Amino acid sequence: MKKVTQILVFSSLFILVLLASTSTFAQKIKPDADNAGLTLPAGFAALKVADNVGRTRHIAVNKQGAIYAKLERLDNGKGIAVLKDTDGDGRVETKTTFANYIGTGIAIKGNYLYASSNKEVFKYALNANGDIVDENAAATLVTGLVDKGQHNSKSLTLDNAGNIYVNVGAPSNSCQEKDRTKGSMGMMPCPILDSAGGIWQFKVDQLNQTYATGVRYATGLRNVVGLDWNNELNQLFVTQHGRDMLNNLYPDMYDTTVSAELPSETMYAINKGDNAGWPYIYYDHFKGKQMMAPEYGGDGKKTVDDKYINPAMAFPAHMAPNGLLFYTGNQFPARYKNGAFIAFHGSWNRSPLPQEGYYVVFVPYENGKPTGKWEVFADGFSGKTVVKNPRDAQHRPCGLAEGPDGSLYVSDDVKGTIYRIMYQK
Amino acid sequence: MQRIFIVLVVVIATFVSATAQTNNKLVAASVARGKTIYLQRCMVCHQADGGGVPKLNAPLDASSTVNGSDISKLVKYIVKGLNDRIEIDGEFYANAMPAANDLKDQQIADVLTFIRNNWSNKAGPITLTQVKQIRSKLK
Ligand code: HEC
Repeated sequence: MKKVTQILVFSSLFILVLLASTSTFAQKIKPDADNAGLTLPAGFAALKVADNVGRTRHIAVNKQGAIYAKLERLDNGKGIAVLKDTDGDGRVETKTTFANYIGTGIAIKGNYLYASSNKEVFKYALNANGDIVDENAAATLVTGLVDKGQHNSKSLTLDNAGNIYVNVGAPSNSCQEKDRTKGSMGMMPCPILDSAGGIWQFKVDQLNQTYATGVRYATGLRNVVGLDWNNELNQLFVTQHGRDMLNNLYPDMYDTTVSAELPSETMYAINKGDNAGWPYIYYDHFKGKQMMAPEYGGDGKKTVDDKYINPAMAFPAHMAPNGLLFYTGNQFPARYKNGAFIAFHGSWNRSPLPQEGYYVVFVPYENGKPTGKWEVFADGFSGKTVVKNPRDAQHRPCGLAEGPDGSLYVSDDVKGTIYRIMYQK
Repeated sequence: MQRIFIVLVVVIATFVSATAQTNNKLVAASVARGKTIYLQRCMVCHQADGGGVPKLNAPLDASSTVNGSDISKLVKYIVKGLNDRIEIDGEFYANAMPAANDLKDQQIADVLTFIRNNWSNKAGPITLTQVKQIRSKLK
């Protein structure tokens, strides 16, 4: 009996020591003294886990905490960087690269990593350590997507039923016969929508899919860069970049201030077959209405009702929502769970007004619906109080990912800084 | 004889400086008109500081082409637009620049003279005659 108690005491001590050591391990990750230059809500802290990775678009974090960064420019001929923290201090010590293409989209689902170029989608098997089994054995899932430079990011997300969703942005502002040209009319119907301006659905287990074998899941979306599968609702959500240049193209209808404040950037809850109305309408969050686009007979006043889906949320104009993530972790306080984080890349066409965005926003959700109020969650990426000209911004948020411990990672595509935001109390 | 020479030198010098002054005035007026066009038609993309938008719209400030001597190229960009995604000073730009073919020859000369003489740029003016000549050859 004595022996049994001894063993019990011993083993519980052992467990205690083990617990203590793992928690010290977690505590070893010290935030940067200046919180990586970010302003955060009380209780949150941040660190730069990596710097100068190269212009990083979207990111994915595996179960072991390694970061896969999709690069917009090749780094010694390679377009995906693998970043690892080998000593547990939270900062990246090793960087390796693979894949010979640039692009934006990257995601991990189950034992696979998915990544996109500006035309294709690839799939790589991961081993039990979360490492790529064979870097040279990419399976090509999708080929032949439209890439004409403008709006060519192929962002992606996956559902739980074996499908992958890929954005194909419209290589156009408002489907004019001559893009962005004063006096040029909108094409009716807009032929771009056949192969772009929407979200396409493909299978995760079929090779060499094309437009012909995929499904146009949703249309009328000008340029979606942020998209995420909401697991609570089992539904796709996307963030769209609204159109530009209302004043430049139609100075008689829109003054420079109105043009800087309109149209809204929008987030949509998407069901199969939805049409969000681009290029025929734009959204006006001041009026809460869909407005007829001037290229299609609009005059700044005519609304279009009951034809296209309404946004789940609208944001100020031109801020460029590039990353969307529904938070599922337990590290952050309960109000963040199942709410949406959005990385706003920051505007360029609000001049002469100062630019806006360049921050990460939180959208609280209640009962599967956004509350309608959004808040700036992480600010300070640009290193400027006011960004007058986009080239002045030191960093621009682009991608979001959740780490295995519930930390939020943010990528920057100016220099490739990777931020990690943690809750500390 | 010496006297006549001095008078001649003085007369020529006054003449030269006077034409230079009227020239400067003409250029200044062209720059001022060009600025108005820039604000309405170009600033949205190329920005108030001429710095463009990284990866999207090319900068005009410190651009080798804007400051360069290939004036035909500049006129052509305005008349035809630019959507070639060429490498510009080591970078690529994803946006499409629309043609501004509705601008008159003088307006094109003005806006180009403005962008060549603003921010850190210092390059010679572009004249109406030059634009006329180049534009007539563009199909
Ligand atoms: C819709 C955005 C947009 C507007 C409006 C616009 N540009 Fe551009 N501009 C661009 C883009 C994008 C490029 C680079 C295009 C490429 O690489 O294919 C460019 C390139 C240029 C260049 C070449 C720069 C170089 O270094 O080679 C010049 C010069 C220029 N623009 C002048 C102007 C002027 C003058 C106006 C106004 C009359 C104007 N642009 C209006 C987007 C725009």
